[in-house]
Amino acid sequence: MKYIDEYRNEADAQKFIAAIQRVATRPWTIMEICGGQTHTLIKFGIDRMLPERVTLVHGPGCPVCVTPLELIDKAIAIARRPEVIFTSFGDMLRVPGSRDDLLSIKARGGDVRMVYSPLDAVKLAQKNPARQVVFFAVGFETTAPGNAMAVWQAKQLGVQNFSILTSHVLVPPAMEALLGSPNNRVQGFLAAGHVCTVMGYWEYEPIAAKYRVPIVVTGFEPLDLLQGIYMTLQQLEAGRVQVENQYTRAVRREGNLPAQKLIAQVFEVTDRKWRGIGEIPRSGYRLRDEFAAFDAEKRFDVGAVTAQESPLCIAGEILQGLKRPRDCAAFAKQCAPEHPLGAPMVSSEGACAAYYQYSVSSIQYSVESDTEH
Amino acid sequence: MCLGVPGKVIEMQSNAAGVTMGKVDFAGVVKEICLAYVPEVKVGEFVIAHAGFAINTLDEKEALEVFETLKQIDDLAELEIPQP
Ligand code: SF4
Repeated sequence: MKYIDEYRNEADAQKFIAAIQRVATRPWTIMEICGGQTHTLIKFGIDRMLPERVTLVHGPGCPVCVTPLELIDKAIAIARRPEVIFTSFGDMLRVPGSRDDLLSIKARGGDVRMVYSPLDAVKLAQKNPARQVVFFAVGFETTAPGNAMAVWQAKQLGVQNFSILTSHVLVPPAMEALLGSPNNRVQGFLAAGHVCTVMGYWEYEPIAAKYRVPIVVTGFEPLDLLQGIYMTLQQLEAGRVQVENQYTRAVRREGNLPAQKLIAQVFEVTDRKWRGIGEIPRSGYRLRDEFAAFDAEKRFDVGAVTAQESPLCIAGEILQGLKRPRDCAAFAKQCAPEHPLGAPMVSSEGACAAYYQYSVSSIQYSVESDTEH
Repeated sequence: MCLGVPGKVIEMQSNAAGVTMGKVDFAGVVKEICLAYVPEVKVGEFVIAHAGFAINTLDEKEALEVFETLKQIDDLAELEIPQP
């Protein structure tokens, strides 16, 4: 497939690996933020092809993983109601709440449906005027333009039986929370390409300067990631601290202005709780008052639901890059994709699921060139 | 939900709310995608889409950038071959 296959060429990947071997003379720790990138790194075995002195840690960039447990329980409480058609992206359906997940509500007769786009949920509402259609609007800056458009369109078209249950999160405040923590060991960041496609990367410049960390905006294919790692290492070795853009085919410094405009019209910045991390100031979006009529939490009065995490799950430390999935005693034992204890085992973007899926089975690239191991 | 992939725009039209929608071909799988955020896009161009929304057009010139870097790396590697 054009614009995909050429970025997976193994011979080119090996060239980058060799260049990385040459450029990295000291131990460095780099974090990739986005779960999509974690997935590629593990799937192609890139983490194991790198010299041992280069450590990759996985960040909090899996939207499913950081959506608070309370919100899953609220989703379940809403989805149980007979008048509701509850719609969501597929990977949210399997995330365990305190007692249930959305799929088991569906199995017991709840009307829970997977949609491809939030606009499909608006269409469903138009087709089913006697029902209440709720869309589970979670995610990072990448899904915000779509969710904003769905709400805006519902308002334009006068669709009154549509609402969203929202827990939008934002990457830069989470990066700051990690960098400001006394436990931080991240020395360079791969910023999530598509988050920057929407928001641009100017917001990262003050963060790089304040915490003295190189940040490289990076794409999602193996060659993108290898180049991103290479560029970060070049900066670290040279003592440079800059925001650089590896993913120039999809990202401009200012981002997507029409998308930012509609996001700002529909949403406003708010404090958000991140599953496994806790509350981070000004790290998410909520609906503006003008759109409060589309807020499912208000419409169905589920504001007071609270929840309890599984005591075995160390997702919080994993999402902060302090531990890796294999450090969890439950990994591949009590916790597996068929019966997840925590959210990182559910989504293919979750670090635990990525490790489970790929480190247990085959790796696509060979590791022969890596003489360090 | 965050795995945006590039696809080729094959058709464009406006919907009931006046929003530009289009059919986009992702390696043979055709999906209806909202194109409101890429007002400059034309049929035949590639967009990056996330959950039903194009969030940018793909810059075909910049798409070759990584291969430029690889070429430079190759040239540098050649310089490192010791001379007899
Ligand atoms: S393996 Fe399962 S229990 Fe352990 S941290 Fe990951 S999701 Fe939580």
